[in-house]
Amino acid sequence: MSESAVPLWEVFIRARQGLSHRHVGSVHAADATLALQAARDVYTRRGEGLSIWVVPSAAIAASDPADKEELFEPTASKIYRHPTFYDIPDDVGHM
Amino acid sequence: MSVTIAVAETPLVRFLLGRADDALILGHRLSEWTGRAPILEEELALANMALDLIGQARALYSMAAEAEGGGHDEDAYAYLRDDAQFRNLLIVEQPRGDFADTMVRQALYAIYAKLFWQAASRSTHPPLAGFAAKTAKEMAYHVRHASTWVIRLGDGTEASRARAQVALERLAPYVEEMFEPEDDSLTGIVPAVPELREDWEREVRSLLGEARLNLPDVVFSQRGGRAGRHGEALGHLLAVFQHLHRSHPGATW
Repeated sequence: MSESAVPLWEVFIRARQGLSHRHVGSVHAADATLALQAARDVYTRRGEGLSIWVVPSAAIAASDPADKEELFEPTASKIYRHPTFYDIPDDVGHM
Repeated sequence: MSVTIAVAETPLVRFLLGRADDALILGHRLSEWTGRAPILEEELALANMALDLIGQARALYSMAAEAEGGGHDEDAYAYLRDDAQFRNLLIVEQPRGDFADTMVRQALYAIYAKLFWQAASRSTHPPLAGFAAKTAKEMAYHVRHASTWVIRLGDGTEASRARAQVALERLAPYVEEMFEPEDDSLTGIVPAVPELREDWEREVRSLLGEARLNLPDVVFSQRGGRAGRHGEALGHLLAVFQHLHRSHPGATW
């Protein structure tokens, strides 16, 4: 079984205290069932997770690193988008 | 050189050693895949399962030590008994073979062990009942893992199907031995093992049906593992497994 013939899957784990699934890495597996088992065996050996998602890596559309200037740089100068211009009364506590 | 220990085998000690030896020997067989598995993911899966089994063996040896009361610990049972003192089933000592051999054996044994430990969770011996409930869950995952592979091998390519079927033919003579009854004096402590057969057959036949494999008819069954009558394979395994401890008694990391 050569690795190139086996599709790649991205693995997302929801941790014990976590609210959302987080990307933890990837595994090779022939199908979704095997990918879930491989993810269990590779990424949850120390009690890390309560839930696993696997997604075919090929199904992920990614932004092109070459586009990062036009995609992300303009936001650097728009500090008014950060909610830091309000005074929050102490009684509100943590928001 | 350290000497072989003499074990005072009451029926309970003998039973506990048998189940501990099953787990230890199969765990060792799975560990032999380390560095040799087809892909990294499968290597970790096999090592995880090997560690599950070796962990089970340790707990059972500790229970055996307490039942025996002869001052032996888990290392003494594992390293200082000769092959004729090992009480494991013959199926677990068979060489790891190819990936199909390993996965078919894993499915046949794990389905059996899952049913056994589920039943043993109702044992009247509290430490055993607690251990059994936890172990049944571990074995349920081994069943899931091995079944997934048996289906993919059996219902895969001509080559994988042929190998899986050959593995079944090779292992089928060792099935009968799994269902030998334990000593009468252990009734209540240990489940009635022959009664597990029906559920085992149903589960295995359903799996093999999905995998398009056939459970072969067995003309002559091999048995004797529980009585210490083992094949050559166990001697070789123990030579590798026990060599370090026997050459350097008390060696630690």
